[in-house]
This record gives sequence, structure tokens and C-alpha cells, in this order.
Amino acid sequence: MPATRTLPTREAADLIDLTRALASKELAPRAAEAESEERFPRDVFLTLGRAGLLGLPYPEEYGGGAQPYEVYLQVLEEIATVWSSVAVGVSVHALSCYGLAAYGTEEQRREWLPDMLGGELLGAYCLSEPHAGSDPAAMRTRAVRDGDHYVLNGAKAWTTHGGHADFYTVMARTSDHRTRGISCFLIPADTPGLTAAPPERKMGLTGSTTATMHLEDVRVPVHRRIGEEGQGLAIALSSLDSGRLGIAAVATGLAQGALDHAVRYAQERETFGKPIIEHQGLAFVLADMAAAVESARATTLAAARLRDHGLPFTAEASVAKLVATDNAMKVTTDAVQVLGGYGYTRDFPVERYMREAKVMQIFEGTNQIQRMVISRTLTRPGRGGITVVGE
Amino acid sequence: MNIVVCVKQVPDTATERKLRPDDKTLDRDAVDGVVNELDEYAVEEALRLKEAHGGEVTVLTMGPAKATETIRKALAMGADKAVHLSDDALHGSDALSTSYAMAQALKKIGFDLVILGSESTDARTGVLAAMLAERLGAPQLTLARKVEVNGSAIAIERITDYGYDKVEATLPAVVSVVEKINEPRYPSFKGIMAAKKKPVEALGIADASVDASAVGLAAAYSEVAEFAAAPPRAAGTIVKDEGDGGVKAADFLASKKFI
Repeated sequence: MPATRTLPTREAADLIDLTRALASKELAPRAAEAESEERFPRDVFLTLGRAGLLGLPYPEEYGGGAQPYEVYLQVLEEIATVWSSVAVGVSVHALSCYGLAAYGTEEQRREWLPDMLGGELLGAYCLSEPHAGSDPAAMRTRAVRDGDHYVLNGAKAWTTHGGHADFYTVMARTSDHRTRGISCFLIPADTPGLTAAPPERKMGLTGSTTATMHLEDVRVPVHRRIGEEGQGLAIALSSLDSGRLGIAAVATGLAQGALDHAVRYAQERETFGKPIIEHQGLAFVLADMAAAVESARATTLAAARLRDHGLPFTAEASVAKLVATDNAMKVTTDAVQVLGGYGYTRDFPVERYMREAKVMQIFEGTNQIQRMVISRTLTRPGRGGITVVGE
Repeated sequence: MNIVVCVKQVPDTATERKLRPDDKTLDRDAVDGVVNELDEYAVEEALRLKEAHGGEVTVLTMGPAKATETIRKALAMGADKAVHLSDDALHGSDALSTSYAMAQALKKIGFDLVILGSESTDARTGVLAAMLAERLGAPQLTLARKVEVNGSAIAIERITDYGYDKVEATLPAVVSVVEKINEPRYPSFKGIMAAKKKPVEALGIADASVDASAVGLAAAYSEVAEFAAAPPRAAGTIVKDEGDGGVKAADFLASKKFI
């Protein structure tokens, strides 16, 4: 059963309807095969893009859908319910547009953003490096000024859509200052010297390509630098909170998909003369799964509403990412248990869901990093504030 | 070309549909409404004809207030405006009186071409296109798998049991379509946003010059006398093939008068 939703507007409800139609007719029938063949479904992103689903959280004047995060995240969740690789891709695409949308000059936004949000192009985001994941300030990729260009050299790890994207938002070091020595660049995929290594051979999300991007004397015009020189890490960190909400929504959708499968199976499969859902021991497992999915959704949307009201949401985004991904791991593991031996085979999708859930505890900030973020806010002044919204 | 597409909101076929115990009509409040699937093909064909020949696409639906959902979907797909024929007096109308009310609305709207799905998934009478054509004095081109318009000439391929017939007529005309005709587009989010600003005209029966005594449950020529829930499907019989499987299968089919 699809999730029960409340939405702020009629058009948001129609948007969810549209997403469900696309998910059930265009995505679901292809997910299992593409995942098992480890094939990146570029055309699926065209379908979503043409429906307007690749620019939802950005302003209308640049071709976006002007939707609040509360709505955008529910769209992501619906996609993830049938195919989490694609939902991750949509989230990464949104992240790759964030730097330009939030920090670009008006001229830069007018020039590039409409195409990036228009649905035909797909973006990638390059922050991590092989030795610098949780600590991005340790990055070594360099951008050296040469006249009206920067020349970039280095390697960026774990790039979702690496080798398939049309543009890359790349963080690179422009000086040795650990935190204020990093700048942000928007680089077209066909720029000479920018190449993708063979894709990583992953445990899950095998339909989503992940590759290291190599930069060898990549010449990028100065006007493709987003924000000031040295502002890159600030841009990266400010986009992380939104990216974490995206992953929280994807994890919630994945867990919902696993729950749906488990419930359906438990109604059909019989032991001792009745469907297994009528055995309390099994029914309570399903109840706990449902509770985990609902709490992930509530936590994620609560954080999204803070963001939509322009309130600080860093800690809440980390809570949502932590809760939703840990819950997804638990729910997908239990879904395998509900399906028993069949759940452990590749003939049923739940073992894939379980493999997919694992990475969500790792990427977009490991859940240990999330706990670090959350714990740091516990002693901060200003807690316990009461804010009135909606008046 | 002025095209009017008739769309109907029907109960989602994936849900359990029920009749109301009081007046034995379909309980439309109890289930989710969706656009009748074949009507989506009709909307798609109307949009394609407009894209090829210019003009305007108007959506016409008859149904309770809830049917606005169906109008919004057609507008989000790209139709230009809509007319919603809605009146408590229409409740319980049968195919004959529905065609009367719809025809009155169509006369008021004006049209070169009326397009609709060849049947709805709820009542499945499949007669509305023919009835509308008769009431409008326009040629009927039903069960179209292909439509071509050339000036005021219209030609369709009408599916038959043995292939297709080519049927030609002059506009204005009424066309019903089958699912082979095209692949309906998805609305886009921009289409959903644009639909909000498109005009939707509400028509009561008086606005459409519909005689109240000729519509509704009381005026219906057909009546549901009684109804019962379909019995649950009985368990199948498993026949073991001991060399005579073919004979047993044939016997079974013969017992059901299939052969």
C-alpha cells in the first residue's frame, strides 16, 4: 500500500499522483533487471526530467518547480519506493545544482540553471577524495589560476553519475588554507582532461554508477567558478544538510517498498493453515517495520518543514538521516526475514533492498558523522526556542 | 479545429466497487476516482490533432463535484479549457439520458470534432459515441485505431474482428477511440501548474438547456432490479496428466460449452 500523505497544495497532490504513475509504469517494471545487469538507466532520468521532476526544489524563474522540501522529499520517497538508485540520482542531481542556485551570480544562474533544471541534463557532485571522505577539508585536488582560467588536477572519489553526467560541480583547493582554501567550479562533462575511472563494483545500488573522476590539466574559465575563491567548503557544507534530507527521504521510500513487499507476501504465504500475517509473531515484526517507516517519514518531514520556514535545520537533518537510514537497514533486514528462504534469493527484491539500505548508513555523511553533528548541538545556546510559523 | 474531448471519472478498477443499497447506483464516494483509461487516449488524440492542425481542445465531463480531479488531469496533459456539467438532477442517468445531457452541452460549447473513449470501465455500455452522434446529427466514426483529418474531411481505421474498416466522413463528427490509437502522454509538473490557471466552466442542467424530467434516476429507461456480490472464486480442479490430459482438457471445455 502506498504511504498515506498530507500535502500543502492541490498541485502537490497532483504531483504525487504523477510520480506514482511514473514510478509504477515506467520505473518499477525495469528496476530489477537494470540492477542485476548493473546498467545505469540514463533514459529514465530523461523521462523524469521531461515530467519536471529534476528541478522541483528550485525557483520557477530558472525553470524549477518552486516546491518546498516538504513536497520535493515526498516525491523522492515515492521514487525510492520502487527504485532507490534512481531516487539517489534525483537527489544527487538536486545537490549538483545547489551551489549555482544558492551562490552563483545572477548572470551565472541565468546562463546555466535553466538547462540544468530543464530535465535534459544530469549533474554530478565531486567533493570526496580517495583519502578525504568524512573530512573534506583534507582534499588535495588543486585549481591553479592561469590567466582567465583555472587549471585543475587531482581525483574525486565516489562520484554518482561519474562518466554519465553532463556537468560536474567540483570542489578543489585554490590555496593551502585548510577550510578557506577551497573553491567551487561548474565543469561541463566534455571539458578536456576530465575523465571517469571504471565504475566501482558495489554491493548495492548497482544501477547507479559510482566512479572516481580524474582531472588532468582541466582548464576551467574563471567565470565558471561558483561563489568567491575560498568559499567552496562553505558551499559544500551548506548543501550537505539539504542532501542529507534527500537521502533520509530515499531511505524512507526504500523502507516503505520493503514493507509493502513483506506485507503482500505475508498475506499470500500460508503456514499451519493460515496466512503468515495472521501469526502474531510475524505480524508484530511487520508492525515494528511499519512503525519504523512512519517514524522515519515524520522525522524527515519535520526537518524539511524547518528548512521550508527558513529556520536552522542542521541538527534535525542529521537526526533525519540517522533515523531514516538506520530504520531502513532494520526494515529491509526484517523484510528478508519475513520472506524467509525466498527473501534470501535474487528472485525476490528484498535482498536487493537490504544491500541498498547499507550504503545509506554510509554516504552523505556516515551515521557516525551524523551523531557527531547532533551531539555538538546538544550544548549549544539557543536550544528550546519557540517559533511561530504560518501566521 | 475546435475539438471537444469527453472524459469520465470512473472508480479505480484496482479497487472493490460497490453499488449503493438505497438507489442501486454506483457508490462513487466509496472509491478513488480515476480518469476512464480509454478517455486518456481520447485526450492524447485530441492533443495530437491540435498540434498537427491547430485549434483548441475543450474537456467536457459530466459528473459530481469530485469529477474536477479528472478535469485537472486532462488540463495538465495539455487541454486548453474545460466544461463541467454537474447537477444533482443528473444523478442516476442511464446511457440514453446521459447522451441527451452531454449532447445539449456539446451544442452549447460548439465543436468541429468530438472525441471520446469507446467505453468506460464502470458501465461498459459502449454506446455513448453512437448516441451522441445521433442526437447531434453528426456522423459517427467509432472504435478508431487511427484518425486522419484533412481540411473538413475525416477518416478513421475502425477495428473489426477481421482487421479494420476505413470510415470517412465530413466534419463536424463524433469519434470514439480504442487503446491501439496512441500512447497517452504523462502530464508534466509544468502542465499541472498551468492547469490551475485554465478556465473551467461549470454548467448546471438549466445552463445547458437540459429538461430536468428527461434525466436522472426517475427518467432512466433501464433499472437495476436487484444485485448481489459476486461469489468468491472457487478453487480450481487439478487434473493429473496420465497420458489422457488432452482428452480431459477437451472434456472440461465441452462441459463448459466452450467447444
